[in-house]
Amino acid sequence: MKILIVDDFSTMRRIIKNLLRDLGFTNTHEADDGNTALPMLQSGNFDFLISDWNMPGMTGIDLLRAVRADANLAAMPVLLVTAESKREQIIEAVQAGVNGYVVKPFTAATLEEKINKIFSRVAA
Amino acid sequence: MLQGSIDERRIDMARELLALLEAGRNEQADAQLTQMCGEMDAALFQEVGRLTRELHEAMNGFLLDDRVSEIALHEIPDAAERLRYVITTTEQAAHATLNAVEKSLPLAGELSSGAETLGEAWDRFRERRMTVSDFKSMSEDISRFLDLARGHSKVLHAELSEVLMAQGYQDITGQIIKRVIKLVEDVEGRLVNLVRITGSRYQQHKDHDDPAILEGPVVPGINQGSVVEGQDDVDDLLSSLGF
Repeated sequence: MKILIVDDFSTMRRIIKNLLRDLGFTNTHEADDGNTALPMLQSGNFDFLISDWNMPGMTGIDLLRAVRADANLAAMPVLLVTAESKREQIIEAVQAGVNGYVVKPFTAATLEEKINKIFSRVAA
Repeated sequence: MLQGSIDERRIDMARELLALLEAGRNEQADAQLTQMCGEMDAALFQEVGRLTRELHEAMNGFLLDDRVSEIALHEIPDAAERLRYVITTTEQAAHATLNAVEKSLPLAGELSSGAETLGEAWDRFRERRMTVSDFKSMSEDISRFLDLARGHSKVLHAELSEVLMAQGYQDITGQIIKRVIKLVEDVEGRLVNLVRITGSRYQQHKDHDDPAILEGPVVPGINQGSVVEGQDDVDDLLSSLGF
């Protein structure tokens, strides 16, 4: 399982990376915005994308749209982990094809639950 | 008092106008009407003049205020620098904490698995199911484990102290942010004055329900539109959307 973590704050990337390691996912890579993440996704054989929303350069929602628009990436599960908490934004993310939505601050248990849910759905 | 005498004068003029119209003296009636309108215009011009003077004086007062130039030239740039420092400080503290956690977790794991292994051997010994050679090997394991525990607990203690010390960022950043809040409140007072002078032209509020505007983390006491109250709310909303 190869996972890309996208967040402009390196501390948040580390927190997510550590939580994922605890869950047994050790093959994680990092990017600091959508512009850096997209070429990595296109060439890197990633299985799963975890992204923040509000980032300089390309935002998480634009990255999600770019992933869904790319025939090779369209089926990739995407989890948004973000401080953005407006209902309209959550609806917008769902319409853009997100697989899960976690609001910051979050707990390790929440992240685990959402990831498990996404994978059980993908497997089904 | 003054207003009362103006009203009486207007009533008198209106009565005269009515009398002239009823008497069919149209020319005089027109003259009377023109005079009445002229007086209204004069009052309006006077009022506009007074407001213009007030605005001019207030703007001059605002621009010449030493505090304003101090705020614009030094305090706002300083505040921006302070807030950038807050980001740096909190980032360093988070990394220091994460470093300590990353070093500590494997040590805790080693202690746990060492104790597990020794525990099994110890149980066999207590149940007298142990050969002499196994006993020798266990006693060597025990002294190795004691050395490991001594070393690891020292490191764990040091790492936890790092975590403890890293929390000092809260004090530093709290003080910096308080200063910036004070400046924002000062500027707010001055802006409110300016808005009061220029009247109610700027009534439009930010549209908090525009999904294109990113509000960032939810802050209690700030209107950020229709926001969810934690993960449970997000889950409810998602399931209502068929998730």
